[in-house]
Amino acid sequence: MAVVEVRNLVKEFDGAGGRRRRRSPARRGVRAVDGVDLRTEEGEYLVLLGPSGCGKTTLLRTVAGLEHPTAGDVLIDGHVVTGLPPRARKVAMVFQSYALYPHKSVFANIVFPLRASGMERTERDRKARWAAGLLGIEHLLERKPRQLSGGERQRVALARALVREPHVFLLDEPLSNLDAKLRASARDELKRFQEEIGTTTIYVTHDQVEAMGLGDRIAVLSAGKVRQVGPPVEVYDDPADTFVATFIGSPPMNLVPRDGVLVGFRPEHLLPAGQVRSADPVTVGLAVDRVEYLSGDRHVYGTATGVGEATRVVARLPATVDAPVEAGQQYDFAVPRDRLRFFDAGTGRRTEPERV
Amino acid sequence: MSTAEPTAADRTVGEPAAADPPGAGRSGPTGPGGPPRMRLADREGALAWIFLMPSVVYILALVAVPFVLAIGFAMSDVTAGDPSFDWVGARNFQAIFDDPVFWQSLGNTFLFTAVSMVLIVVLGKVLANILVADFRGKWLVRFLVLLPWTTPVALSSIAWLWMLDSIFSPIDWVLRKLGLLGTPGAVLGPESNQYWLGEPALAMGSVIAVHVWRLTPLAAVIMMAGLVAIPQDMHEAAKVDGAGYWRRMFEVTIPLVLPVAAVAALFGAVFTFTDMAVVDVLTNGGPNNATQVLTSWAFFRGIDGGDVGQGAAIALFLFPLLLAAAIAILRAVRRMEIR
Repeated sequence: MAVVEVRNLVKEFDGAGGRRRRRSPARRGVRAVDGVDLRTEEGEYLVLLGPSGCGKTTLLRTVAGLEHPTAGDVLIDGHVVTGLPPRARKVAMVFQSYALYPHKSVFANIVFPLRASGMERTERDRKARWAAGLLGIEHLLERKPRQLSGGERQRVALARALVREPHVFLLDEPLSNLDAKLRASARDELKRFQEEIGTTTIYVTHDQVEAMGLGDRIAVLSAGKVRQVGPPVEVYDDPADTFVATFIGSPPMNLVPRDGVLVGFRPEHLLPAGQVRSADPVTVGLAVDRVEYLSGDRHVYGTATGVGEATRVVARLPATVDAPVEAGQQYDFAVPRDRLRFFDAGTGRRTEPERV
Repeated sequence: MSTAEPTAADRTVGEPAAADPPGAGRSGPTGPGGPPRMRLADREGALAWIFLMPSVVYILALVAVPFVLAIGFAMSDVTAGDPSFDWVGARNFQAIFDDPVFWQSLGNTFLFTAVSMVLIVVLGKVLANILVADFRGKWLVRFLVLLPWTTPVALSSIAWLWMLDSIFSPIDWVLRKLGLLGTPGAVLGPESNQYWLGEPALAMGSVIAVHVWRLTPLAAVIMMAGLVAIPQDMHEAAKVDGAGYWRRMFEVTIPLVLPVAAVAALFGAVFTFTDMAVVDVLTNGGPNNATQVLTSWAFFRGIDGGDVGQGAAIALFLFPLLLAAAIAILRAVRRMEIR
């Protein structure tokens, strides 16, 4: 177990001719990571969440030692490891592709890190069987990676990461290669697995459902900067700026312009006026133009008036709300006052609540 | 050919009713607005034959016919002076088996091929690493590396003939300047020259060196393709797993380029095995047949010596190994597809 910390980390890619061919085509002097300060807790599950190209993977690779930062430091357990190669950092990484060695059997894949560290044979066999047992893949040890399903490959990659008992786990979108059904069960397993071994884990994803479900805390990144760090509830209920407010949540938070501020409220808090159980509701006039019925929930699209400028918004009506709502009609909706969030229209940052 | 008439190729393949020559759509009754029709460009069966025909003709005329001729000549008494065909059975084979030079040529062919193949693969892998590396001025290095492969064998062999000259060899000059040659007590002896092509062992080494020199770039380019095809993740996973440079090289990189390296090795083998220009230009088979190979011996016997029957019989011994090499290449390629 360990605490990972990055201090004022900057990673700049020099664009054409740069060493990273895959994810930075034609980037010319791009700051993938732009002054990030971040610190995990002991044994914490920290999720880096952000859209494609926000620098989350680069940040993870810098922690792993696969990228050298342009400026700033990486610390593991209080030691500066910035200049050290990956092997010296006691980190284990699971890649998006799993990167299993295709010519080696599952067993040989799992013992590879142990052989690299010069562990003696009987000891590493014992360790490999322990890791395989923990992930329930003992029966696959003789197979080659190409004979495995996606879920099995993911377990092998996890076993290979686990077997060395690393100080830190780094996971780069490990679920994105699985189909939707498998992803849900793998997510659950991943969480239980981490709770069992209690190793500090940094997990990169662009999927907010994974982030909300897995993370002890979520760090939301955009354009190389950390926008907000906090537990899932906080990031969802109290977004630090409009980027976080609209990136997390599906449908995203409604933002209504009003005298230099943006008034934000979640679609699920915008309900027909009679349904809002709040001592102090804010009434919103809603001219409905479309209703989507989505497995129980209803998404109501329309133009809101009364909060600020007339703005197109979305309301999410849970299945328990059966008030009739039809397209082309005008309704009175309401939002509990304590659910309103205010953002500066210019900077997008949170501001003090004001009277609506 | 008139555009309104169906072509011969059209009539012989497929349904005649649907056969429209190219261009009929514009001029005939099947123009815009007509019923949908199959056109020549849509008929893959016919197209396959049309496109395959040139190469089939080429292979039949320039590979199959000469091969059958060679088998025929090997069983005949055809000579340059008397081209009439008379069946002699295995007499030519008997004659070449009785000739120790044939066995020496056969041995040399295998020796040269095996040694050059190993060196070509090892050096090709090293060169491939240089070719994929990212550094300033790599285009110049790439250009220089590929140069030997782009030079015609005959020309480069002549250049090597001068390099290895018995009196004016620049290699000897360098060795003399370094004090390794030409002074009493020097490592390579007190003589002023090494006689690269005059001493049997040195001549064999020289032939191998030129083969390696000219085929390594090809192997390097083939293996470079293999190296580039390895996902970057694989190297990074090995790094994070704590593997050092040599472990990554021998446990990850080399196993993953192995099928491609096999193709490079087999290409190297085939080109060395079938080449006679290097031997012909450098040593002419000498000294005293020390560098004689099957191809050069078949040429001396069959063309220079005029005994076409014996020349053909000798050349036929190239066939079994080339067949084995072709099978091995195809299997290596299949292994790459399976992965």
